[in-house]
Amino acid sequence: MSETQYLAAKTIDEAVNAHSKANGSARFLAGGTDLLVQIKSGIKKPNLVIDVKKIVELNTIDEVSENEFIVGASVSGANLNRNPKFSKLWPGVLEAFRLIGSEQIQGRASLGGNLCNGSPAGDSVPALIAAGCKALIAGPNGKREVPIEDFHTGPGKTVLENGEMLVSLKFPKRESNSSDAYLRMTPRTEMDIAVVGCGVSISIENNLCTSARVSMGAVAPTPLLINEATNIMVGSNLNSEILEKVSRLCMDACNPIDDKRGTIEYRTKVAGVLFKRTALIAIDRIKGN
Amino acid sequence: MSKIQISTKINDENVEYLCEPHDTMLDVLRNQLELTGSKESCGSGDCGSCSIILDGELVCSCLMLAAEAEGSKLETIEGMSEGGKLHALQQKFLEKAALQCGICTPGFLMASKALLDHNPSPTETEVRFWLAGNLCRCTGYDKIVKAVLEVADDMKESA
Repeated sequence: MSETQYLAAKTIDEAVNAHSKANGSARFLAGGTDLLVQIKSGIKKPNLVIDVKKIVELNTIDEVSENEFIVGASVSGANLNRNPKFSKLWPGVLEAFRLIGSEQIQGRASLGGNLCNGSPAGDSVPALIAAGCKALIAGPNGKREVPIEDFHTGPGKTVLENGEMLVSLKFPKRESNSSDAYLRMTPRTEMDIAVVGCGVSISIENNLCTSARVSMGAVAPTPLLINEATNIMVGSNLNSEILEKVSRLCMDACNPIDDKRGTIEYRTKVAGVLFKRTALIAIDRIKGN
Repeated sequence: MSKIQISTKINDENVEYLCEPHDTMLDVLRNQLELTGSKESCGSGDCGSCSIILDGELVCSCLMLAAEAEGSKLETIEGMSEGGKLHALQQKFLEKAALQCGICTPGFLMASKALLDHNPSPTETEVRFWLAGNLCRCTGYDKIVKAVLEVADDMKESA
């Protein structure tokens, strides 16, 4: 790492320009809880590390209109956890984010970092996909928005081009009678990597589901949005038959790896079980239980 | 290659240092500033023995570049006692024998302080979850958890 230069960018333009000029040899540094470990172990050898935490847009939690949040890409878990409004609107996103590492890690780790690290098992990602969140990206050719379900292109790979930086995460305006949840299966109870993760976001009116999004993590090369789940759930009363049907869909969507932490068969089975449990938590939260 | 000049505040004192871009905060604390209370055990954010408080947040100083400290306020174990008087947590750790070999202890003390700063009356479960990022291979954790809970109780009584 002896060749590495450090730049604390103060504006989006400064960060984007520096990254463009470095031609693929620069890395953005948010909390650093993944990047610094990767650099120390020699997995990544950037010539330039661009610290983005001093850029206002990346470090701000903004309620742009009533119940509509934009969260800066480098906002830490400890910081987001102190926002009572956000945790009320998006308990599933927050619980997914807060599962990542210890309090020390939470003091630094960010949603943007978890997303850009590109792990298929990143805990916050299925919750962000279920939430219908969008990535706001700035680059040499201007700004663009990408739905989180389209952000990853493979393990460790994202849609970000040279010079492009994730600025913030834009959550949709939250309707009343809505909630979300995230559950994961890990061999240990805490501070472990998900064998399967599931995010569910639901709205209910007069006992009928008016919107639903289901996402699975760690069961394919990228986190998945289960599109058909929405079609089956919306308009239904989310009874056990409906949940069973969607549970099957989640299992069918699985294309996991086979490793020491979970076989293909195990991960697939757990995906179905986890969906039902996660959906029931989201439903309970709407009902105020 | 040119070094980076950093101005920061450590334990309420203004501090300036020169660092390489790749130096971690822990490298500079231990090797340049002679603040060797923070320990390096894993170097990857798993063990918590390098815990410091950065602008009010508990962090691993091994997972932070020294250059990132510009304009920040850091608390390390060296600033915990005041005028030679041990902090209540330090005193209680001694009384309760909440340490054996001592390598993890500075990290546990900083983490416990950060907990009580944020939450002055934690439940036992909250203490155990909060301290889950600090590994101790000697004590079995029970004495540490009890010491933190007793300090929280003492603080309540004296408030």
